[in-house]
Amino acid sequence: MEVIAFWILAVIVGAAAVFVIAARNPVHSVLWLILSFFTSAALLVLIGAEFLAMLLVVVYVGAVAVLFLFVVMMLDVDFVELKQGFLSYLPFAALIGLAFFAEIAMVSFAGGGEGTRIQPSPGADSNAEAIGLVMYTDYLLLFQAAGIILLVAMIGAIVLTLRHRPHVKRQNIAQQTSRRRADATELVDVAPGKGI
Amino acid sequence: MDLTLSHYLVLSAFLFTVGVVGIFVNRKNIIVILMAIELILLSVNLNLVAFSVFSGTIAGQIFAMLVLTVAAAEAAVGLAILVVFFRLRGDISVDAVDMMKG
Repeated sequence: MEVIAFWILAVIVGAAAVFVIAARNPVHSVLWLILSFFTSAALLVLIGAEFLAMLLVVVYVGAVAVLFLFVVMMLDVDFVELKQGFLSYLPFAALIGLAFFAEIAMVSFAGGGEGTRIQPSPGADSNAEAIGLVMYTDYLLLFQAAGIILLVAMIGAIVLTLRHRPHVKRQNIAQQTSRRRADATELVDVAPGKGI
Repeated sequence: MDLTLSHYLVLSAFLFTVGVVGIFVNRKNIIVILMAIELILLSVNLNLVAFSVFSGTIAGQIFAMLVLTVAAAEAAVGLAILVVFFRLRGDISVDAVDMMKG
């Protein structure tokens, strides 16, 4: 039963991955990417890694794929032109891919088969509990490092994309607070009947 | 026949291969190249979690989470660079990225 479910999901995720790189329109590519992320989450649920599965949905589908979608839709690019050369690269790429897959699959089969005991959450009742037990103790520094990586990425993305256009009025708080009355107003003694 | 580690290893090998091939066939389109990199990282995650579950140690799932973090950061910075490049050149073709060539 599990194996049948695995094969169904595996075929979906494989087909979605192929369509990601073969789709003519990048928006379709992103949608196929979302499908492959969702199906991978289902594959993780199948072996009991629920927490990672939910994380995959939240982070990949909720953040990364939506970010891709925004950027693809924001850029005004002729994507048909970018697709040129697809077929001319294909034989070379297929050769390299075949070699890659053969090598990795060979290694997978050489040592595979023994690890049939499924233990998604050793030493705890639920998967999230098992992860929580070690993440904030044994892997505390890695956890903090992950936070720093995210902070750096956030600052980097903001610094890269922030721009100051000319002729756009912006608030300068230092200038505002250092403003004195003498800079802004002028007292003129107007003689009667003459105007300024 | 039970679900074994080999099932997951072969699937993630296939995903990895598709990602690598995707980088080769879409040599002009940076967005699809970034998506192919995401596919590769997804296959790595799948691999780590499968090893973790079938060997009964939780460490693999922690590492998968860290890979997820790096993947998210990479996507954010990569797309930011892409947006800046598009503003500068009005084009995102990989062939156009030779501005720093002397």
